[in-house]
Amino acid sequence: MGVNMKNKHRMVLFSALLWGSGQFFIAKQRRKGRLFFLTQVLMVGIELLTGYWPNYFAGQIRNFSLRLHGGFFTRGLWGLITLGRVEGIKGDHSTILLINGIIALLGLAAFSALYVLNITDACKQGALLDCPDNRRIEKSNKLPGKKKIFPYLVLTPAAVIITLIVLMPIIFSVVIAFTNYDSNHLPPAHLVDWVGIENFMKLVSIPIWSKTFIKVLIWTVIWSAAATFSTYFMGLLQALMLNSRHVKHKSIFQSIYILPWAIPGMISLLVFKNLLNGQFGPVNQFLLDAKILSERIPFLTDPVTAKISILAVNLWLGFPAFMVMLLGVLSNQEESLYEAAKIDGAGKFQVFFRIKLPLLMYATAPLIIMNLANNFNNFGAIYFLTGGGPVNPDLQFAGDTDILISWIYKLTLDQRMFSMAAVMNILIFLFIAVISVWNFSRTNAFKEM
Amino acid sequence: MKNKIGWLLVHLELILVALFVILPIIWIVMSSLNTGNGLASASFIPKDLTIEHYKRLFTDSNYGNWFFNSFLIAALNAVISVMLIMLTAWVMSRFRFKGRKAGLMSILLLSMFPTFLSMTAIYTLFWNFGLLNKPAALVLIYAAGAIPYNVWLVKGYLDGIPQEIDEAAYIDGSSYLTTFAKIVLPLSRPIVTYCAVSQFMMPWMDYILPNMLLSSDENRTIAVGLYNMISGKENSNFTMFAAGAVLIAVPITILFLFFQKYLVQGIAAGANKG
Repeated sequence: MGVNMKNKHRMVLFSALLWGSGQFFIAKQRRKGRLFFLTQVLMVGIELLTGYWPNYFAGQIRNFSLRLHGGFFTRGLWGLITLGRVEGIKGDHSTILLINGIIALLGLAAFSALYVLNITDACKQGALLDCPDNRRIEKSNKLPGKKKIFPYLVLTPAAVIITLIVLMPIIFSVVIAFTNYDSNHLPPAHLVDWVGIENFMKLVSIPIWSKTFIKVLIWTVIWSAAATFSTYFMGLLQALMLNSRHVKHKSIFQSIYILPWAIPGMISLLVFKNLLNGQFGPVNQFLLDAKILSERIPFLTDPVTAKISILAVNLWLGFPAFMVMLLGVLSNQEESLYEAAKIDGAGKFQVFFRIKLPLLMYATAPLIIMNLANNFNNFGAIYFLTGGGPVNPDLQFAGDTDILISWIYKLTLDQRMFSMAAVMNILIFLFIAVISVWNFSRTNAFKEM
Repeated sequence: MKNKIGWLLVHLELILVALFVILPIIWIVMSSLNTGNGLASASFIPKDLTIEHYKRLFTDSNYGNWFFNSFLIAALNAVISVMLIMLTAWVMSRFRFKGRKAGLMSILLLSMFPTFLSMTAIYTLFWNFGLLNKPAALVLIYAAGAIPYNVWLVKGYLDGIPQEIDEAAYIDGSSYLTTFAKIVLPLSRPIVTYCAVSQFMMPWMDYILPNMLLSSDENRTIAVGLYNMISGKENSNFTMFAAGAVLIAVPITILFLFFQKYLVQGIAAGANKG
């Protein structure tokens, strides 16, 4: 329509073939063009230098295969799709191929994003050149070049380390659920294969899997709720006690109560494991000597007692944190509110349960939710005390006190059922992500982002 | 009269809870000073006190190595994590650029995935790059794992510092990085302290990753070393374990109490940020 689109089309075509060439030759944006070009050189260079492409093109390789002669990207994708073809110690290592494949895929994704950026930029700059009044726009566009690239430069180290150490392993753990990676398919001696949703079907169709999963899930939920609320109310009780008008030496008691929070949790748990030892533990010994008991209590080895013991130990560990938080909230509350209620004739208990407690719960709701999520995955409290035991033969490699996360740990390290563990991983992640997203979407931080 | 009963009841409760809290602590300290090796022989009021077990830690076990490894990991982690977290959060808070929102949302999703669920992948990755059995390599995982959650936390804090302050510095000719180092960092000292201290304390008692990635005894961290010392060997190693536990718990407890104010603030802020 009157406007000439010649530059735009030429630039897109140039840059699509040789990255940045449109910007360099046509728009005369030398630095930008060079940067895009170097990116392409980098990508092609990695592929060529890590493979045997030069030899192939020189005709030196007769039986070319991606497995032996592909570069980083092509060999990576080949590995990701096939997970290896040659079995045996000297053959293919499926999980290494999978990891390299994922890294290659992530690398390709990053390069593709830059390629798209290169094209859209060429398109935009070309359109600007075609526009009759282009000079002014070009000038005003030149200034912030350095400013624009600065945030990306600063973010690069964090982005790279997160991609490699956090994102890549998550992708690995998710896709493992669709393979048969277990003790019968252990690289390097054996190959791993893609099996589709077979593992998810197992969870539904094999009774012992579904039974174990549901039983462990129920205890996990009960445990998180009981652990969180028991520590919350114990913390609240101690905070109120310390604030009582009878107490003169508040700081002495407070500094004692804070100790379980300050002492490293794992040390405390291991100490309690010995303290409650069914055979030699001093608690049993004391109760026997004092003639309170006639026989030892299996604190950590009976299904029901073990659960109670874990909750009791967790109470010891967890109440100080809530106590300190609640002391902080209490000191910020206005007494006038309670005075008003008292004048209206409310009794002490009414004031507490109808006004004070709801207000406190509201103020500390985020802490409670965070604590619930932490307890849901509280590996230490279970593993260091009972190791998930006592062993329950009706369950698939889970004990009576196992929560999902300690069960996954056992499936992975003891049973080497990596694929089934990955299935559980996905389920836990979905469970936590849904709750967290829901919780987070209501906060101010989200709205102000 | 009513007052006195109230006083009595309140103090009775306070003292009972104090006993509940403190008895296990006294017991483990006493056990470490006990003669004899086993759990059964560790009594609450030892007949003879000895510091033999503390000496044995350094002669009969690799406790010194474990301590050094843990310290190295903790110190490196504190420095590297804080640098990465502060720079990332600062850029996220102060700059507007394409992909910022997407980046923030993705690290939020990533922070919901517990790092150790991907232990198989990390093991394979470390094996692939020859990082197994190298204590310092653990810092990579800890620092990467710390970024998502803490960036949100610190970004929230930095959003609360008026932007006019940095802009005044830019007008005076200060560059981005100088402004960051000379103005933003000092202004955010409480949150920097929180990140540094929590990142320093975390590796001491982490068990799963070091247990998987460090195979030889002298390369272990203190958590794994202590766990292996006691698990299944209550009768031969208990008092030595007690000594090792006390020896590491004391400095960490003191550190915690010293920085308590910052830690409480940081946790409260974290909960409110989701």
